Amino acid sequence: MKVMEGSAAIAEAVRLARPQVIAAYPITPQTHIVEYLADAVANGELDAEFMTVESEHSAASAVLGASAAGVRTFTATSSQGLLYMAEVVFNIAGMRLPVVMTVANRAISGPLSIWNDHQDSMIVRDAGWMQLYAQNAQEAQDLHLIAYRVAEDPAVSLPVMVCVDGFALTHAFESVEPLTAEQVAQLLPAFQPLHTLDPADPVTMGAYAEPSIYTEARYAVEAALQESRNVYTRALEDLASVTGRRYDPWFDSYRVDDAEVVLVVMGTAAQTARVAVDTARTEGIAAGLLAPRAFRPFPAEEIRRALEHTGRVVVLDRAVSLGAGGVVVHEIRSALARSFYAPQVVGVIAGLGGRDMSPATLARALRAEEDAWIDLREDVMS
Amino acid sequence: MISAPLHLIAPGHRACAGCGLLIGAGMATDAAGSNVVIANATGCLEVTTTAYPTSAWRVPWIHSVFGNAAAVASGVRAALRAQGRDVPVIAQAGDGGTADIGLQALSGMLERRDDVLFIAYDNEGYMNTGVQRSGLTPRDATTATTPAGLRSSGNPHLKKDLVSIVLAHRPTFVATATPAFHKDLERKMQRAIQAKGPRYLHMLVPCPLGWGFEPDRTIEIARLAVHSNLFPLAEWHDGELSKVKRIAVPVPVDDYLRPQRRFKHLFANERGAEERALIQRIADDTAHRYGLPAYDPQRTTAGAGR
Amino acid sequence: MKPTPGLVTTPGSSISYETGGWRTQRPRFLGETCTGCNLCVLFCPEGIVFQVAAKTYDFDLAFCKGCGICAAECPVKDVVMEDEAR
Repeated sequence: MKVMEGSAAIAEAVRLARPQVIAAYPITPQTHIVEYLADAVANGELDAEFMTVESEHSAASAVLGASAAGVRTFTATSSQGLLYMAEVVFNIAGMRLPVVMTVANRAISGPLSIWNDHQDSMIVRDAGWMQLYAQNAQEAQDLHLIAYRVAEDPAVSLPVMVCVDGFALTHAFESVEPLTAEQVAQLLPAFQPLHTLDPADPVTMGAYAEPSIYTEARYAVEAALQESRNVYTRALEDLASVTGRRYDPWFDSYRVDDAEVVLVVMGTAAQTARVAVDTARTEGIAAGLLAPRAFRPFPAEEIRRALEHTGRVVVLDRAVSLGAGGVVVHEIRSALARSFYAPQVVGVIAGLGGRDMSPATLARALRAEEDAWIDLREDVMS
Repeated sequence: MISAPLHLIAPGHRACAGCGLLIGAGMATDAAGSNVVIANATGCLEVTTTAYPTSAWRVPWIHSVFGNAAAVASGVRAALRAQGRDVPVIAQAGDGGTADIGLQALSGMLERRDDVLFIAYDNEGYMNTGVQRSGLTPRDATTATTPAGLRSSGNPHLKKDLVSIVLAHRPTFVATATPAFHKDLERKMQRAIQAKGPRYLHMLVPCPLGWGFEPDRTIEIARLAVHSNLFPLAEWHDGELSKVKRIAVPVPVDDYLRPQRRFKHLFANERGAEERALIQRIADDTAHRYGLPAYDPQRTTAGAGR
Repeated sequence: MKPTPGLVTTPGSSISYETGGWRTQRPRFLGETCTGCNLCVLFCPEGIVFQVAAKTYDFDLAFCKGCGICAAECPVKDVVMEDEAR
């Protein structure tokens, strides 16, 4: 076991995966991740081209080009940077390039905030990338390895973003069981793309699509995302055999089986939520927790089966779809709409812009019976 | 029956009849040869050559989005280098992908000294979207967003001096070219493709549709651009001017402007005449900057259009 | 289903789209004054002018769009444009 900053654990996993081209533009709170990698390259611990590009749009573009030319790549960003590169993010998935990216989750301007919430990654949930959410540094490390394994599988060939809470995970020091080079060798084969930019076998990548063909092109991405479910599940099983660390592909469920109310929350707050569940239980509330790990592809069936027998589901969104409430809550409601049973689904919003996800906030969430922004400060509003 | 040189851009592309861009791109790509990877921005060249499921390209080619050709090319080159493969990489774009929306990525590529040749295909407008004004549109040109009218003489802005911006990054090789001077273009392309480091070729490619001339006059118009000193053919090594084509008897800019409908309004009235005088001064200043003879009304040459 | 949409694995497959139907005039090589300068070959935007013998050229009319540049640029006027007969 080693005490590591979350960013360092992520950088170490990426280093062991040995990408050959890294391109990134600094943005708080992603900076430490790429700085550790720059250091590794500078000291010969990672043999990679580290491109100090001039914007996030170019960072995504450079890894797109490098991936198309047949090498393993890496980039990372947050918030404004993710929005700035958004058109390229969609492009990477549309072109089926297995780029891996860390999103250090951070709030969206305006107003400007460098602190943690999930608005940034939620905005690009439609892009066709696999989206994973880590709860702690150990998971962040392991999920990056899984990301490469799933992305590069020929049945998938799609990019993967691993979302980690800015500051709360990236800058927090935790005990981590580090991956070893031997474990990575067992779990991650060499990257063997189906097609690359090679004068010996010229291909055209990124042709435009007339209406007669565009739908099928998008459907192919959807089909690949659905195929990723099997590949991802198998990858996690292999991770368990090799490292002893087992993760459910879709979510952690804690004390859900006999729960009357289940809290749904993603990322680091899920850890505090466990404590809130235990506390609520001592107070006579049959509480449980469901912490989704994969948000894309969205595991609707698995979530329906896990939640349909409870009385009330409270979805705590750390993002907001202004004008329509939360983000995750709508997907949970849709999943449960197919159930014969009809648990009440409440959507609460909290923890935007780095507001602390305290036990008190989580306790309030567990007791919520109506949709609300539960940590709204009246003293600031009036 | 037909024995054809294998052009690296195949026929069946959907460019307009007489398209200067496809003439120039054809010459440049053939000069580069088949051992190359091309990253192409969104624009006429990309759209006319890659209607899925077909492609006119006979070399490896990638298109991403509008403004990132230089960044994609930098990434491709980094990947090839990581694999120990010494394949030349070309980034190419039109007005937008070079001078406007693509300028940041171009500057980044040059400043990092990435080993990429950037070819700018300058047809002086955003042609693919319907002939709108770009940063490279010259003063007074009529475009869809800078139309000449009762209150307007067309584009009020001067053509961005992109070559100077590029030169400030001190690339290893910079050149201007146009298809009318094909030997010059071919020589510069071959030099560019063999050199290392950040390189830039700026090619003027007349657009029959956007500039308003009959499709058989494309080469003639390109020739006049050079002969009027509005587009000098020059070459710079490591940021220093090394060679420039001297036009012994330059033609007046009016010879260049008159055949193009985008400048028709300049021949209609007094205001137009004043603008043409301004354009002549631009041509004369350009000549002066390059140490070339300026247009002299006392000296003419017969058949200056050819 | 093809594995990657937007990926074309057949280089030069644009030749399946014959653009010859666009034109309203077609080139004719006269073969009277040709010097073999090759400018018609170089300046064709479609790349469909070919040298078939010394100082003899032909055109792939499946693709010729009839722009007339070959005729306009021939220094010795050995290519002419004629109206497309329909």
